Amino acid sequence: MNGNGTKRHTMIAWMEDKPGVLNRVASLFRRRNFNIESLAVGHSETPGISRMTFVVNGTDRVMRQVQTQLFKLIEVTRVEDVSGQDAISRELALIRVKADSETRSEVMQIVDIFRARIVHVDMDSVIIQVVGKENQVDSLIQLLSNFGILEMTRTGRVAMVRGAGVAVDTAVSANGNQ
Amino acid sequence: MSEIKTGGQIIWESLMNEGVEVVFGLPGGAILPTYDDLAKYEYPIHHVLVTHEQGASHMADGYARATGRVGVCIATSGPGATNLITGLATAYMDSVPIMAFTGQVPTSLLGRDGFQEADVQGISLPVTKHNYLITDIRDLPAAIKEAFYIARTGRPGPVLIDVAKDVQQDSMPFTYPETINLPGYNPNLNAPDPAAVSRAARLINEAERPLIISGQGVSIAHAEAELRQLAEKTNIPVATSLLGIGTFPGNHALSISWGGMHGEAYTNFAIQECDVMLAVGARLDDRLTGAFETFAPKAKIIHIDIDPAEMGKNITIDTPVVGDALLALRAMLPQVEPNEHPAWLEQIAEWKSETGHRDILTQETDELVAPYIMRSLWHATDEGDATIVTDVGQHQMWEAQYYYHTKTRSLLTSGGLGTMGYGLPAAIGAQMGKPDEEVWVVAGDGGFQMTMVELSTIMQERLPIKIAIINNGFLGMVRQWQDVFYNKRHAGTPLFNPDFVKLAEAYGIHGRAVTSQAEAYEAIKEAQAHDGPFLLDFQVEEFTNVYPMVAPGKSNADMIRRPAPAMPQGGEE
Ligand SMILES: Cc1ncc(C[n+]2csc(CCOP(=O)(O)OP(=O)(O)O)c2C)c(N)n1
Ligand SMILES: [Mg+2]
Repeated sequence: MNGNGTKRHTMIAWMEDKPGVLNRVASLFRRRNFNIESLAVGHSETPGISRMTFVVNGTDRVMRQVQTQLFKLIEVTRVEDVSGQDAISRELALIRVKADSETRSEVMQIVDIFRARIVHVDMDSVIIQVVGKENQVDSLIQLLSNFGILEMTRTGRVAMVRGAGVAVDTAVSANGNQ
Repeated sequence: MSEIKTGGQIIWESLMNEGVEVVFGLPGGAILPTYDDLAKYEYPIHHVLVTHEQGASHMADGYARATGRVGVCIATSGPGATNLITGLATAYMDSVPIMAFTGQVPTSLLGRDGFQEADVQGISLPVTKHNYLITDIRDLPAAIKEAFYIARTGRPGPVLIDVAKDVQQDSMPFTYPETINLPGYNPNLNAPDPAAVSRAARLINEAERPLIISGQGVSIAHAEAELRQLAEKTNIPVATSLLGIGTFPGNHALSISWGGMHGEAYTNFAIQECDVMLAVGARLDDRLTGAFETFAPKAKIIHIDIDPAEMGKNITIDTPVVGDALLALRAMLPQVEPNEHPAWLEQIAEWKSETGHRDILTQETDELVAPYIMRSLWHATDEGDATIVTDVGQHQMWEAQYYYHTKTRSLLTSGGLGTMGYGLPAAIGAQMGKPDEEVWVVAGDGGFQMTMVELSTIMQERLPIKIAIINNGFLGMVRQWQDVFYNKRHAGTPLFNPDFVKLAEAYGIHGRAVTSQAEAYEAIKEAQAHDGPFLLDFQVEEFTNVYPMVAPGKSNADMIRRPAPAMPQGGEE
């Protein structure tokens, strides 16, 4: 929880895979001048349905409203705020770090500790792939920054609730929209 | 067997399948193939040529509000489409079902900044319920079918289809789809949660000072009769929202007018003092509520709305009832008990009579003021048997205060967006939809000039619309804010007006200037008796302001009111 009553919310939205959908979702946040901290989109288990995970800062009340408004988008089939739930969340990052013959082994040690992998090696750099919780990825990046990070890309958080079902009260779907 | 049809033909035949009889539009290059198909195949759809595309979207809106059916407008790419936007935003804010078709540059030129290309899907996205860009003719029939369904179901709203020019020219075997596949759209067609309904009924039965707020959702759901039954069975007074005016007869014994920024003082007192509020199909916006945290502070609020996103958006709700107002009220009716509430009704009557002492109509003046004109209009139209379409400003508030609407859908007004220029074109749409109805425009001298170019459309279509201009020489409502909040500095509000009667004459429309109270009623009668359109230029007292007034961000209890005269008389504010 931040000082102004806001906290980080992780939301998952399922939507039809059609052009312009991302624009509609983004537009809802832009309208309130919200900054989307991270956003990950890809296929879900259902053909034709994409799954979007995003992380936004906001008060519970506003986020609840964003959730219902998201669900009003015609293509959106379900929205869930998993913040308060027992959810697994992961992020993937690719990091290109300076590494020559002198520093390479040290870098490899760190990579090992974080259960990351080196996926490419050059004369003076390596590309590291890491999958983990955001704070783990953060720590790895911090350590690697001592060697010099040349390039980096992070996917943003993806999340999945543990257990079989979805807690009904947090999912807006069966209740219909509008 | 499906026959080969062009994209243009598909548009017109789909419209016919949807029962569309009239469209409002203006052609240009990117929509020409569709216009050509209308002429070539002589479809029995009447195209109303507008003067400006903003007029087309307002006409579609007026048509939809008056009839409850989907209004349709059509425009070309680029500036044609952007001119529609104000009307789409107006319809979106007030949940009005309209369909807009726009031409787009050919698919091969998309994104290349060709002549009259604008990203219309992007521009219209935040002001439509949904929109489409069609670049493949095979997507067109389903898009139209879906668009009509989305526009009119659930919480209605505008839908736009942007059709690339080559799609209009392309062809394919066509049959209008029978089914819709929208997995993400469930417009809440089912009855609301019975537990919520029972909770609501219990609250109503236990209430000592109950109040109903009836909103436009009641007319959208065709629930006027059920609302009235519920009010009469329980003896609960009914206030409306601005858009809810007409959903409950304004002259009914239980009617307590409407509340909010310029609502009646006694209504605002009732809102602030009630212990249970039943809000039906009203979105409780800031003009009604005043400062959110001060609204109806003593009340447990029951909110019936088809849009779950409205629940708790502005006001904390005790009992949300998500669903169609008709189904909700039907479910509630057998569960509510007959009641009297004598002390409560007595208290409201007292407030009402106190309010009456301050009414401008009970104060002695010979001056021509809009409240007097509105009351005269009400008498002249057999006490409410007309559709009045207002523009936006002081005159709009006076119309709503002094004309008692006894019929549903008889006041068309831009409430949410407050769009000046709405009145005249929306009245054209209303009259097209209801040819036998007496339709009046009540417009300010400022707003009228924003869309008065549509006078030519009135003549082109030979519509008998009567126009009352409340000519105060000012952008009056803004002048009023300057009077109250900006120390009477009238920056940018005095108007330089044309001679409106001569202007009307130039279009072939008869008119008359009215300068005194004595002539007002008789002038209205003359306009009514005239076979065809008629314009009345009411040159009213310039500086009259609308009371009461709740300053923005203040509580409804905190009204600026017209001073009470020393000798109280009858009447009402
Ligand atoms: C398109 C648009 N521009 C500006 C406004 C702000 N506005 C609200 S009321 C008003 C004055 C309207 O003047 P007029 O049409 O003469 O009506 P009056 O208030 O004098 O009755 C203005 C400028 C608006 N509502 N709509
Ligand atoms: Mg004026």
